[in-house]
Amino acid sequence: MAEARERHGWKWLLCTPALIVLVAAASGPLMIVVAYSFLTPGNMGGVEWDFTLEAWFRVFFRRDIFDPDAITLNQAHLGVFGRSVLLSLQTTLLCAVLGFPTAWFIATRPPSSRTLWLFLITIPFWTNLLIRTFAIQEVIRNNGTINAVLTGLGVIDSPLQMMYTDFAILLGMAYVFLPLMVLPLYAAMDKLDFRLVEAGYDLYASRVQVLWHVILPLVKPGFIAGSILVFIPSIGAYVTPRVLGGGRTMMLGNLIALQFGQGRNWPLGAALAMLMLIIVVGALIFYLRWANREEARNV
Amino acid sequence: MFNRNFSVSRLPGFGAVAVFTFVMLYLPIIILVTFSFNAGVSQAQWEGFSLQWYQAAFQNDQVRDVSIRSLWLALAASGFATVLSTLAALGTTRVGRFPGQTMIYALINQPLMVPEIVTGVALLILVAFLKVQTGYTGMGYLVAAHTAFCIPFAYLPIRARLETMDITLEKAAADLYADHWQAFRYITLPLLVPGILAGFMLGFVISLDTVVITEFVKSAGQDTLPTYMLGQLRRTITPEMNAIATLFLALSLCIVTAFFVITRKRGT
Repeated sequence: MAEARERHGWKWLLCTPALIVLVAAASGPLMIVVAYSFLTPGNMGGVEWDFTLEAWFRVFFRRDIFDPDAITLNQAHLGVFGRSVLLSLQTTLLCAVLGFPTAWFIATRPPSSRTLWLFLITIPFWTNLLIRTFAIQEVIRNNGTINAVLTGLGVIDSPLQMMYTDFAILLGMAYVFLPLMVLPLYAAMDKLDFRLVEAGYDLYASRVQVLWHVILPLVKPGFIAGSILVFIPSIGAYVTPRVLGGGRTMMLGNLIALQFGQGRNWPLGAALAMLMLIIVVGALIFYLRWANREEARNV
Repeated sequence: MFNRNFSVSRLPGFGAVAVFTFVMLYLPIIILVTFSFNAGVSQAQWEGFSLQWYQAAFQNDQVRDVSIRSLWLALAASGFATVLSTLAALGTTRVGRFPGQTMIYALINQPLMVPEIVTGVALLILVAFLKVQTGYTGMGYLVAAHTAFCIPFAYLPIRARLETMDITLEKAAADLYADHWQAFRYITLPLLVPGILAGFMLGFVISLDTVVITEFVKSAGQDTLPTYMLGQLRRTITPEMNAIATLFLALSLCIVTAFFVITRKRGT
């Protein structure tokens, strides 16, 4: 019967329009990036259709202009990778240090006011990232709030240079990605069985011992999820380092953009974009494998 | 050593850090909003209340242009994304597992997982090629890019709504000789409206906020409010930018609040 034959057909039919748009404007272009990373750069941007591994080579190494056989590590690129990974890890750590007490605070409010606190954490997350970065810029720039207050109090004579430093990027990223740490932590604490905490105290554990041996192991899934959620957009950050970091303190995202702008080396940009994607997918796989193992252990 | 007030949920210092975090989260935004009403040019010295920067923003033709473009782009992209996501949600929810389902999920969620800068340069390559091949340089590229980016966000609340919906109502309709279309039109769709509205609003906010993808896809003269602001941040900033940001913030806040009201109702 037709009904049997078409059992799955209509499901696909309903999904088709969305899939067409997604393939055309998301997955398809991504495949093109993969292809471009193996091509030769054109003179005015764009590519020549000659297969080469040069772009991938240049991601890590550089050749001497006069002696093409003299190969050295590309220090500039490695510096940017190092900064990106380090800043992303620092951002994750800072978010965890601030996010854990915040999530705990929300989770231990009476249920009636909990929604309000959660809402307060969520609002900044839904407001424009650029505006929040702009807000941070206004606070830390040379004639911004912090410097005005400190100068007014007579603490400093000349303004502290905070803009265009790694510190500015760290501060900005922690500021914009903090809700991504608090929400999964809260979700884990919401499910926390406080009888276990009580049992810890009954057995004469100190607050530190209860925190370390009872609470932390129980909310670990929230920690891992939050860390992944913060780390991934930090590695992929473009706007925050562009605005707060200036030209010299680049992150991976800015290095990619540079190749498609002034750099006019699209294949190199494509290879760098693939590298970023590999790091992100690697972090996701790490997380999924960890979550599966954890689930298997708890069953 | 019995302490009557001992609370198992209390951890010393945590409250203080939490309050500090909330203050840090809101202080920069409060400062930004406050100085949009400043009579002077300074972002640090209060010189009296004034609406002059709002006036300047409203009289700025470029700001008006980019705002209108942002709004209709968000309307179009979110509208398309909502229709497509509703169909996709109907095709993937409450139907049991079927071959290819994992692939459909992966495709729908891809924009969430791939960093925006990667999607941005990928689209730049494709759009640059299409522009040369077809000669078309209109807003179609931005609408398509934003629609794809909004789909996962519109899909989530619609799917959530479908999953929690009472399926017996549709079965009752079928028992009363309603055909598939009638059951959908008079039972499923009306029940699905809150999910569709929530999906639309989420998509709208996401499109309105998207800056990186727009930056790489747009042709000359297609600036949206976020890309315009990104360009301006590098120059000397006057409180006019604060005024624009404040209005933008107020709009986002209204939509998000409405979104929460709509999704909260589901529980009751």
